[in-house]
Amino acid sequence: MKIRVDPEKCEGNARCYGLVPELFNVDDYGQSTVVGDGTVPVALEVKARLAIANCPEYAIEEIAD
Amino acid sequence: MARTQAVHGWDTDFDVLDAGYIADPFRIWDELRKTCPVAHSDRRGSTWLPTRYEDVVALAHDVEHFSSLEVAVIPFDGEEPEDPVLLYGLPPISSDPPLHTWTRRLLLPWFSHRRVKGYEALTRELCATLIDGFKANGRADAAVDYAQQIPARVIANILGVPPTLAGTFTGWVRDVLEFADDPERRAHGIEGLLTFFTEEVVQRRTQPGDDLLSELLHTEFDGAPVEESVVLGMAALVLIAGVDTTWSAIGSSLWHLATHSDDRARLVAEPSLMPVAIEELLRAYSPVTMARVVTGDVEFEGCPMKAGDRVLMNFPAANRDPEAFEDPDQVVLDRALNRHVAFGSGIHRCAGSNLARMELRIALEEWLARIPEFYLSDDAEVTWAGGQVRGPRILPVVFP
Repeated sequence: MKIRVDPEKCEGNARCYGLVPELFNVDDYGQSTVVGDGTVPVALEVKARLAIANCPEYAIEEIAD
Repeated sequence: MARTQAVHGWDTDFDVLDAGYIADPFRIWDELRKTCPVAHSDRRGSTWLPTRYEDVVALAHDVEHFSSLEVAVIPFDGEEPEDPVLLYGLPPISSDPPLHTWTRRLLLPWFSHRRVKGYEALTRELCATLIDGFKANGRADAAVDYAQQIPARVIANILGVPPTLAGTFTGWVRDVLEFADDPERRAHGIEGLLTFFTEEVVQRRTQPGDDLLSELLHTEFDGAPVEESVVLGMAALVLIAGVDTTWSAIGSSLWHLATHSDDRARLVAEPSLMPVAIEELLRAYSPVTMARVVTGDVEFEGCPMKAGDRVLMNFPAANRDPEAFEDPDQVVLDRALNRHVAFGSGIHRCAGSNLARMELRIALEEWLARIPEFYLSDDAEVTWAGGQVRGPRILPVVFP
């Protein structure tokens, strides 16, 4: 599984970082980016889906490997 | 005495200060979503009330047609001062781009995840001390003795003013938000806030400290110092937006846990659930409604909105929409699909949401660690405030 944050959609709610800090970085303005290249370790796949399903701006998406 | 006249139909004559609406708006929203999803009222000027998630989010994103120049749910009904101190209102909340954009950039780092972590120890100690003060009594008012005491002190710390002023701050903020339909009280609150911050500004010009107010005063934008009127507006905003709101979220969450023993027991048994549970409690008991003003005649979902009309950003109703949430009236502590908009949506999403979340989480963690079992002492004694911010104001609980 691989994910990305769309910087155009992200409004800095930082819900993803709050719920799954293992997979996201957040800057001082709340803007999120994925850790590394966005590859999700198998053990964190459920948490990655939780982050996707909690983003009010639909800014996180699963992308093809 | 009732604050409002009886409502003649929620679709054409709604009143968000109606006592029945404040106590239980949920059934009213359910009915409106089915019959008239964007309600209208001519009370306090022509105003629209959307109730569907999709509509509220769409309105929040359309900043061109729906301006933030007026965000108060209850418009000011008194005389405007001849020589206003706040030339720009309370930026960035009551502004549109470009003022919104740069004032927001100044404010956001103060409420970043990194900064908020720094306020955590202070918040935890404060919560522990408050509980230690009443635990032996076996009873407390969870709103007055606890929830209400937390945010004002944390904000005071950020603004660099004495925490002993917390009670005064709370009084002013309630005047401005909770009693906004009383022009005298509202004016009193605004005047109190502005007089206070104006004096603080004078002091910080010569003796800057390590606080938000000092930094704003010594910051430049576009090669010039930030105008004092903007600094005062921003300081007032931080206080007004950071007190009632968070205190209401803490109070509503404690009300829920006092009345739902299964959820209370589950949170005690599974503390790791807290971050997800916090989001669910924020969804189900979203405290904040904001307003927008229509910039030019526009049709929205079949509604002929006119320039100058106001639209209430009904985030709490959006978060109870069955189209967006399965079983929306059910609190599911580990709800996975939860794109709630308790902190708004789009460019005006709450700037202090990290702080609010931290305070809510710590307040519940410390409470449950010390008082794992508690109940309402008398349901009839509980009172709620509503309008701009919904939450319990009197919440007596007992614990063995």
